[in-house]
Amino acid sequence: MIDENSRTILSVQGLRASISGTEILKGIDLTVKSGEIHAIMGLNGSGKSTFAKVLAGHSAYEITGGSIQFEGNDLLKLPPEERARAGLFLAFQYPIEIPGVANTQFLRLAYNTVQTKRGKEELDPLEFDDFVREKMKLLDMKADFLDRSVNEGFSGGEKKRNEILQMALLEPKLSILDETDSGLDIDALKIVANGVNQIANNNNATILVTHYQRLLDYIVPDFVHVMQAGRIVMTGGKELALELETRGYDWVNVDKSVAGIIA
Amino acid sequence: MSFRLKAYQKWLTMPEPEWQNVHYPKIDFQSISYYSAPKPKQKLASMDEVDPELLRTFEKLGVPMHERAALAGVAVDVIFDSVSVATTYKEKLAEVGIIFCSISEAVQNHPELIQKYLGSVVPVGDNYFAALNSAVFTDGSFCFIPKGVKCPMDLSTYFRINTEGSGQFERTLIIAEEGSSVCYLEGCTAPRFDTNQLHAAVVELIALDNADIKYSTVQNWYAGDENGVGGIYNFVTKRGLAKGVNSRISWTQVETGSAITWKYPSCILRGDNSVGEFYSVAVTNNYQQADTGTKMIHLGKNTRSTIVSKGISAGHSNSSYRGLVRITPTAEGARNYSQCDSMLIGDQCGAHTFPYIQVHNSSAVVEHEASTSKIGEDQLFYFSQRNIDAEEAVSMIINGFCKDVFQQLPMEFAVEATKLLSFKLEGSVG
Repeated sequence: MIDENSRTILSVQGLRASISGTEILKGIDLTVKSGEIHAIMGLNGSGKSTFAKVLAGHSAYEITGGSIQFEGNDLLKLPPEERARAGLFLAFQYPIEIPGVANTQFLRLAYNTVQTKRGKEELDPLEFDDFVREKMKLLDMKADFLDRSVNEGFSGGEKKRNEILQMALLEPKLSILDETDSGLDIDALKIVANGVNQIANNNNATILVTHYQRLLDYIVPDFVHVMQAGRIVMTGGKELALELETRGYDWVNVDKSVAGIIA
Repeated sequence: MSFRLKAYQKWLTMPEPEWQNVHYPKIDFQSISYYSAPKPKQKLASMDEVDPELLRTFEKLGVPMHERAALAGVAVDVIFDSVSVATTYKEKLAEVGIIFCSISEAVQNHPELIQKYLGSVVPVGDNYFAALNSAVFTDGSFCFIPKGVKCPMDLSTYFRINTEGSGQFERTLIIAEEGSSVCYLEGCTAPRFDTNQLHAAVVELIALDNADIKYSTVQNWYAGDENGVGGIYNFVTKRGLAKGVNSRISWTQVETGSAITWKYPSCILRGDNSVGEFYSVAVTNNYQQADTGTKMIHLGKNTRSTIVSKGISAGHSNSSYRGLVRITPTAEGARNYSQCDSMLIGDQCGAHTFPYIQVHNSSAVVEHEASTSKIGEDQLFYFSQRNIDAEEAVSMIINGFCKDVFQQLPMEFAVEATKLLSFKLEGSVG
């Protein structure tokens, strides 16, 4: 999907972040251009999810160094809702439940806020209903889902599908999927992957944060990054994920030079 | 008069209760002005003469009155300080035999009903504040729905304490005869003063065979400032007697105001198959304290009760649910379902649940569920990642949390309650 006309969407340089005084991210560099799909892989505790949350602006983390440019603007200056409205989307690893709030109500508010921001018309409940049902087909979702409370009593698969549905509605420029594959059976994984593939185009970009290469059988990345102890220690093409799958993450430590050749 | 004296004698012998989970300095009962009439004292001839400030307050509270009353079809009795200033729609209601007036008028015009029912549900010596009320009450609302009449409109009382240092001790009595039904709304506000004011009301409901009373309250007494200075002490006794078979009493309350709220709208389910319901939202912020809940006393066979209580605490406030479910030996086949949920905003507030369950009949089914949740950083982060800012997020979370209760309210009250909650909690997050 990479072509010459691609432009830089995200540029992260020397990013450091800590939580409660403990440094988690220790200097991350990453550039993401339009049309690209990046996978960030690594063990638990390597800092992948922290990186995703820091990009989205979670207030628990303190930025101690480096910079993040989003379409040329300083992202660190913006509160999380402004980052979202600018087109940065995070699909949560653990989406929260909101009892008593109908999914359709939540989705419409999220959608209309960004429509307003983009200078477009808001949709009334009826128009929105048609619009959202169209998008739901993409993810093979049942209609009753709209009337249920947001994520309440949803299975793991339903929650993740709901995240991707929101991504489809909000049409972000950069989507960050934080372990969206975890807890999904193979059918759900295919549906989610299919949704992501249909949303991805030459004008947006995707970062997949994942543990396993399984997801990458269905969403093929342009770049694979390996994260370890708060740094990206290795970058390669899609083959790197397979290599990791067969040889394990330890192999990265043992022989960085081999990895360097693959990259 | 003998009713009052009896109550006063009783009150003098009673200790001030101390079991509640609220704290307040001793009240000097001598310093309270027990009767305070609104300043423009002349009798109001029509609604046009109602104090414009009062109408403005109505506007703010969204309680429909005046022309709006005509549109919304609500009859209103207005209690200003201690005096009932206006009752609307009296004639129209009288056509179907409904008596809706101030209790002072009722004492004069319908003494037989007053004698029969006043104090029959809440006896003069029931508790400290009820005794005080019985001794000194000056006015309140009276409502009588005769046999078989479905009240064609919602009835409403609006209370306001306007004079500094005064107490308000109103008395409400609602009687629904066989097969009748009524929906009653009560709104309360008070302007801000630095001294604490006492509100010690008594509400009695009586439902005969197949009668249905639904009583809704939106209480927004002045809560004190952000440092906890001033505000109303809201010590109210509310009780309904489901006297007849298949009768139903339903309490819905949204408690947002008062420095201290201390009340337990209760149901005595005497008639067989009678139903008691209690739906409550209590919001506390800053230094407010609320100790509220209900009592469901099951006497009749196959009586059923439902309790849904939602407590929201923010700032340095404390909120408690205290409820009693008593199934007596005669209450064959009684059922109760209780659900008590608390939500905390911030880490300086508290929520407590004190359920008391006494079952003396083995055929009873009693269920109790409780939960506590917290509006946390992660929830707000989720909303903000979906473009929604903190204020809107809190309002959405809270309204979702209270939905089970709000849907019990009449439409315009529900809308108002939603707004009131957002307003109360403004700035408490983020």
